[in-house]
Amino acid sequence: MVSHEPNSRNLSERAISARGVVKAFGSGDARTLALKGADFEALEGELHLIVGPSGCGKTTLLSVLAGTLGCDAGQVEVLGSMLTALSSAEVTRFRCRHIGFIFQQFNLIPTLTLLENVSVPMLLQGAPRREAEARASERLGQVGLGGRERQRPTQLSGGQQQRVAIARALVHEPRLVICDEPTSALDSVTGHQIMDLLSGAARAPGRCVLIVTHDPRIYGYADRISEMEDGRVTAVHSGHALGAFIQAAQRS
Amino acid sequence: MDCMFLIALKMLLGDRPKYWMLVGGLAFSSLLMTQQYFVFQGLLSWTTSHMRNMRASIWVVESRVDQVNETKAMRDTDVNRVRSVDGVDFAVPLFQGVLKARTPDGADKMIQMIGLHSGTLYGRPARMLEGDIEQLRLPNSVVIDTLAAETNRLGAGMGRPLRVGDTFEINDREARVVGICQTERHFFGYPYVFASYDQALQYAPRQRKMLSMILAEPKPGLDTAEVARRISAATGLRAFTVPQFEKATLKWVWTNTGIPISFLTTIILGFVVGVAISGQTFYSFVLENLRNLGALKAMGAGNGLLAGMLLVQSLTVGLIGFGIGIGLTALFGLTVAKGGQPPFKLEVPFLFQAMGGVVLICALAALFGIRRVARLEPAIVFRG
Ligand SMILES: Nc1ncnc2c1ncn2[C@@H]1O[C@H](COP(=O)(O)OP(=O)(O)OP(=O)(O)O)[C@@H](O)[C@H]1O
Ligand SMILES: [Mg+2]
Repeated sequence: MVSHEPNSRNLSERAISARGVVKAFGSGDARTLALKGADFEALEGELHLIVGPSGCGKTTLLSVLAGTLGCDAGQVEVLGSMLTALSSAEVTRFRCRHIGFIFQQFNLIPTLTLLENVSVPMLLQGAPRREAEARASERLGQVGLGGRERQRPTQLSGGQQQRVAIARALVHEPRLVICDEPTSALDSVTGHQIMDLLSGAARAPGRCVLIVTHDPRIYGYADRISEMEDGRVTAVHSGHALGAFIQAAQRS
Repeated sequence: MDCMFLIALKMLLGDRPKYWMLVGGLAFSSLLMTQQYFVFQGLLSWTTSHMRNMRASIWVVESRVDQVNETKAMRDTDVNRVRSVDGVDFAVPLFQGVLKARTPDGADKMIQMIGLHSGTLYGRPARMLEGDIEQLRLPNSVVIDTLAAETNRLGAGMGRPLRVGDTFEINDREARVVGICQTERHFFGYPYVFASYDQALQYAPRQRKMLSMILAEPKPGLDTAEVARRISAATGLRAFTVPQFEKATLKWVWTNTGIPISFLTTIILGFVVGVAISGQTFYSFVLENLRNLGALKAMGAGNGLLAGMLLVQSLTVGLIGFGIGIGLTALFGLTVAKGGQPPFKLEVPFLFQAMGGVVLICALAALFGIRRVARLEPAIVFRG
């Protein structure tokens, strides 16, 4: 695995490049092709949205790109590593080092304190507990939850829990942050607070934030939007074209 | 990575109901296994209590006798045959039989009658609490143990424990208590009553042959086992050293009674119940935490680490449960079983075996969870 200093990277360098990704679920009559040869690219330093109708394969593509799901055909290169050529133990190690996760349902561990929840990615990398907790505490402060380290997730609102999840996703400075519907369980105001944090995170050098969403209200945060339909990426919007696309989407 | 084991413990501790269910199940299982085993050992030790109550070096019995609680009468002349074996320092007759005593209120109670050689009283109980054993040489005298002395035993109707000087009847003959001694309880549960050999023969129903056993001592400096072997060879009787007789008696209990089977069944049941309760509970704990485990897996926890976390969780509750279980067993030994009823004999090596059993239970319980987690797709965390 090649590791670069973030500063030596050009902002427009490719973070993800996927070609012809195919993924089927089930077998026989129950077989569904969730991805039918999807191509996808994402650049470092960008906040990238994946949008499309329900069932078009957004979550499946995101899982394949994050290395949590294997694919049946195609090539997936993430941060310079060819995931499709790595063993599953190597992929696990790769996720541990380089990827932060944010889930629709937050998925914080209810029996752990906020501090412990946020420390987990550091601990998984083998960091000493004190260092992990110091970093976790710092991150909690950055998402506006300073001083609540000893509380448990069940004591928080949904928006606060998602902020904890963001702190957890960023605590080990990953270069790729993966989010599936991070705002869809939240009201609009809270959703915008979350997106502010995530777009701030995308400004870190060398980092790419990849978000699957249904929610046109947050399109405005994107640097680039990939549209999916029926198992394929059908259009990519960026630059001037992006504004027009967003306006059209928000009007309908 | 060891920090993740701490996280694993916190995950389990945070789920109080499951935690206590697991600890409780394993404590129950440990209690059942150890308590039953120690009662079983106590019961087994009762089968050989004669040897500790009468403390002879060599026990000579009729050739068909297999164990210490069994008697087949020998001829009186057999004592002399044993005495004349080379290496025997002395040998004395012993009467052993279950007789009926009549209490002052007219009830019949079974007693374990022991007739000690009238001249030497060899085989006398180790500890006299009251009275004088030498007075057994007076007519119609007996020494009873504390069990016999208890209120409503041989003195039933007097409303108090038997004391030195009290009397009851054995086979219509007067038995005057001249002493009270301490004994280790016998398997049959009957109280010990000691008399001189000649007196015991008068209490017992008259039969052609009355000699139950011969107690012998080797000459100083000679090997007990060797002298016993010589006695067997020379007389055709069976001579046992104490360890030999204990072993033979235990073997007889194992092969001729249902006691070991029934205790072993309970002990195995304790193990199985432990596996069932903790396996079930732990598996449902794993299922309920599948999303969390999936999230950990997505974030980069490998199967090995997750398996280690589950093992740490199950072994921790296992050892806590075991601690509580043996604590309860010890409490049982110190309270309920303090008076020797039921018998209770602590054997330290079994504690380690039981701990091994509990560790095995926990490893099995964790194994189901580990298999489930190994099959877990980390991508499930993206599903709603
Ligand atoms: N584990 C699975 N087993 C079987 N079929 C699956 C599985 N996961 C996804 N699918 C199917 O694959 C297709 C794509 O699913 P996916 O979840 O990727 O869509 P999506 O775009 O994320 O939809 P949504 O917007 O509703 O979340 C769907 O038809 C879905 O039913
Ligand atoms: Mg989805």
